[in-house]
Amino acid sequence: MIATTLYLIVYSISLLMLVSLGLAIIFGMMKVINLAHGEFMMLGAYTCVLCVNAGAPLWLSFAAAALAVGLFGIVVERLIIRFLYGRIVDTLLATWGLSLFLVGLVTTVFGPQAWSISARFGNVSFGGMNFSAYTFVLIAISIGMVVVTWLIARFTTVGLIVRGTMQDATVASGLGVNRNLVYMGTFGYGAALAGLAGAVLVPITGASPSLGLFFVAKAFINVIIGGHLPLIGTIAASSLFGTIDGFVSYVWSSVVGEVSVLIVAVILLRLLPLGITGRLRSGL
Amino acid sequence: MLTVENLDSGYGSIPVLTGLSLSVSQGEFVGILGHNGMGKTTLLKTLIGILPATAGKITFAGNVITSAPAHRRARAGMGYVPQGRGILPGLTVRDNLLFAAAAVGARRSGQLEEALDDFPRLKAYLDRPGGALSGGEQQLLALARTLIQKPSIVLLDEPTEGIQPSIIDEIVDQMKGLRQRRGLTILLVEQNVDFIRALSDRVLLIHKGTITNEFSVDALTDTTAMGDFSSVEH
Repeated sequence: MIATTLYLIVYSISLLMLVSLGLAIIFGMMKVINLAHGEFMMLGAYTCVLCVNAGAPLWLSFAAAALAVGLFGIVVERLIIRFLYGRIVDTLLATWGLSLFLVGLVTTVFGPQAWSISARFGNVSFGGMNFSAYTFVLIAISIGMVVVTWLIARFTTVGLIVRGTMQDATVASGLGVNRNLVYMGTFGYGAALAGLAGAVLVPITGASPSLGLFFVAKAFINVIIGGHLPLIGTIAASSLFGTIDGFVSYVWSSVVGEVSVLIVAVILLRLLPLGITGRLRSGL
Repeated sequence: MLTVENLDSGYGSIPVLTGLSLSVSQGEFVGILGHNGMGKTTLLKTLIGILPATAGKITFAGNVITSAPAHRRARAGMGYVPQGRGILPGLTVRDNLLFAAAAVGARRSGQLEEALDDFPRLKAYLDRPGGALSGGEQQLLALARTLIQKPSIVLLDEPTEGIQPSIIDEIVDQMKGLRQRRGLTILLVEQNVDFIRALSDRVLLIHKGTITNEFSVDALTDTTAMGDFSSVEH
């Protein structure tokens, strides 16, 4: 019983980290409200399905999804987002429009039904219970995403440049930073993480036009409660909500789990309007 | 090394600089004196490229840079210490310095130590967030951060604003020392007459967006300077 609860909690936390880290970078760090975040994930999912159906191994399909959506994110940034920095309402409209457009386009091309892949992962049993082995892959990838992002941000020159530029782009450009390039690259990285997340979800949910819709609200709640520091915020908020969701889902049902997450989010937002990391001045 | 001819600039449709011309030679310390609202900060912002010039020509180190983006100018050797110091508050003192070095593509070992030798007071704060430093310490950090880039000219925007006198003296000593050791060139805008006199070779007076007068620093006694300085206001 403890094993099952623990498993549900860790799985919930990982799922939340997976779907919200890309958004934490685009929304938390860059202050761009990207309502098309879910559709970035959806595009990642379709890329993954297409690659697998074309005969590519699953891990390569994940990488292809991250790369394709990352490049797509760069195109979106150049064509739409870069004209809208600092203009929140306009960004909302533009990215919402993009979201609707992508859903419509994908529905037209691939149809409304879910596409799935025929990968078999088998089960793992411990504590007298059976668990799908793939969920452990998902947990590992989710943790890996956070660790890699942390390593880049903390130890590389690129990470340092991005962290500084996000704090004050004008000062950064006066010091020699090409701010356009940094914004473009950071948006692309956030999009790539969303694409990877969508691909990693494929063995569980398949790829459907409404995939993004299902996860985007969770991701936004997570990022808003996490606050402005993308990594600490994502880990903290995911851990909190994942624990609540996992525990309540085990005791009652997954519906009650999601309701309780929302209630806690509303209360937290009242107590900590800037999110969990809102008062931390520095960090990642 | 820096020549400005008939420069116009401003915010949106509001003109601030009108037909401003000046030149700074290699190794010179030039001060620009003027009241608030006369265009001091706007001039430096236009020189570094954060604000676009609407007319005129800026030549730096032999190249016309009038429409070059700010980061190109910084990489070409223009150091800029903005008003309010522009410290990145969430980065540590160390990261503020390394950020500047990396931003001009000049990150290498030993440069942090070099910068700290010039500004030893910063050594104690290396791991503190830049935002936690006092105004004076932030100003020292801002100077160190610009100098770590090894600029050929430093544009200094009111470095004494809101800073305790002991640190102002420290800044004067540091800048004089650096001038001898590195052959620095400085363009400084200020309202603090003592500070500008302590550092400058010659002083230009800015009024309503254009240079109206020039003094040698010897001619800039308190009375004449303050006289001219305040008379232009009326």
